[in-house]
Amino acid sequence: MASDPFQSADTANAVSGPPSASDYAGDALFRFIAYACALLIVVLVAYILWKIGGQALPAMQEFGPSFITGTTWDVSKGDYGVLPEIWGTLYSSLLALLLGGIFGVAIAIFLTQGFIHARLAAVFRTIVELLAAIPSVVYGLWGIYVLIPLLRPTADWLHETLGWFPLFSSSLNGPGMAPAALVLAIMILPTVAAISVDAFRRIPYKVKEAAYGMGTTRWEAILKVMLPTASSGILAALVLGFGRALGETMALAMLIGNSNQISVSLFAPANTLASLLASNFPEASGIEVEALMYAAMVLLAITFVVNVLGLMIQQMTMRKFEGKK
Amino acid sequence: MSNAELTAAAQESELPSLNRQILERRALKSGLLTTLTWIAAILASIPLFSVIYMLVVQGGARVDLEALTALPPAGFEMGGGFGNAIVGTLVMVGIAAIVSVPLGILAAIYLAILDPSSKIASLSRFLAKVLTGMPSILAGVFAYAAVVLLMGTYSAWAGGIALAVLMLPTVVLTAEEALKMVPQRMKDAAFGMGCTRSQVIWKVVLPTGLPGVVTGVMLAVAGAAGESAPLLFTALFSNYYISELAEPTASLSILIYNFSGMPFDNQIELAWAASLVLVLIVLVFNILARLFGQPKV
Repeated sequence: MASDPFQSADTANAVSGPPSASDYAGDALFRFIAYACALLIVVLVAYILWKIGGQALPAMQEFGPSFITGTTWDVSKGDYGVLPEIWGTLYSSLLALLLGGIFGVAIAIFLTQGFIHARLAAVFRTIVELLAAIPSVVYGLWGIYVLIPLLRPTADWLHETLGWFPLFSSSLNGPGMAPAALVLAIMILPTVAAISVDAFRRIPYKVKEAAYGMGTTRWEAILKVMLPTASSGILAALVLGFGRALGETMALAMLIGNSNQISVSLFAPANTLASLLASNFPEASGIEVEALMYAAMVLLAITFVVNVLGLMIQQMTMRKFEGKK
Repeated sequence: MSNAELTAAAQESELPSLNRQILERRALKSGLLTTLTWIAAILASIPLFSVIYMLVVQGGARVDLEALTALPPAGFEMGGGFGNAIVGTLVMVGIAAIVSVPLGILAAIYLAILDPSSKIASLSRFLAKVLTGMPSILAGVFAYAAVVLLMGTYSAWAGGIALAVLMLPTVVLTAEEALKMVPQRMKDAAFGMGCTRSQVIWKVVLPTGLPGVVTGVMLAVAGAAGESAPLLFTALFSNYYISELAEPTASLSILIYNFSGMPFDNQIELAWAASLVLVLIVLVFNILARLFGQPKV
């Protein structure tokens, strides 16, 4: 064994030694398993698409694109269309984004721009994170028994005095778009706030110092320097928040009224793709299941596009700042 | 010019005031926006306090031994509880954790250490991020198509697998971040002593990165425990305690959903009590995540 410099005569007594053949075999096996698990994520996504798509295929062949433009969901006639649901999904999410976006970005500014002591800011961050930890169904329950009774007097007053205005053209009879969008806004606020906070944190401190050094007020620094610098990160936050709103299910199924109509009124009941699935799936059979699978594919496509867009903006932002360092 | 002359010249020329006046327009604007931000921050925390208040007052009034152990009441029945739903939620979250945690951590090891820049790593990292944004009800639709149709029955298995699909990306991404934080020097030292890659991972990287990994797992568990959409048509619901995994199973979130729409005060009170228990379960895992999350490296 003189040709192998590691294998000296007293190997048997030595404490150290090269990895044995079984060490190498175990290493290769372990690396293969880890590789398989990484591959599993790719396989899982493909399998999800294949399974849902496969179930939806008969409905896709039968209804084709008219499924997207159809406005009725009639089980007895076998007539299925999801335009009202697509409208409701986008409308509720946009309203939620408008509210949640404004408040989310305001809170991100509040937490990062020196309004409160760092320790207090940490406490407030925890509060916002706790908002995200409350289950959707609990928000639904809260919406039914706290928010809707709270909104009703205001909604009725708005409808009576400003009823000619399209947004207030119906009265709030229990569930409707306004409570649903409000709860949705509360639910996406933590997402928007957290990603925006990251965007502000990534700005080098000297940028802010330079702005203050020029004699700006705090808000001139925020509006003219910090916000533009963080804008792409905030955009990513808004897009990802929008993506979350699109797919939110239980709170909406409990609050939006599950009514198949297209209306701009804030107080009219409506429906979304996700709550259509939640409320019709458990009792569906036959072709309705396939139609629901088709609706699931539509929802998957919409959220996929929005999320990929958000992730790409986020990645571009990170690259931009890492390049500047 | 001498110093004295300079001073004199400076005194003659009219310098604008360098102090900011409180009533100046830009100062006023700044003050106004600051007030608005404070109002926004306070408004945004009202819902949380309102939810907590309702949970404690409405739910706290009904949480007793009977509510925690009894079976759900029928229509006009009084009393009752949601013991079977607590057990069902824990069982399904357990199944989801057993399925997703090992797979997720192994995938994270590959993404963080074994081959971080390979094509397959960046693809699965990207898809994991896409999966975190996937609506949770679609996980339910998937589990319905993949498990319920296959087994021919709604079951705890189907619910657990739907939750596992939701937990997996969270576990992968947080574990990857945690393992990446392990200093390169420690890995270099282990490699320098002749360790194989798997020895480095098992003896150095995993023990060092463990707090972060556990944090991710706890957050994923907390999220899964609160989920209801994926359970709607995979686990369905049951009015009895779970006796085997291949039968419809109750869960807290579905119980809240079912009871919230009922016209009976008893059921609505129970829905609030169940909400309190559910929030406490989610909160415990969140707190555990924070406790483990203290960085030790």
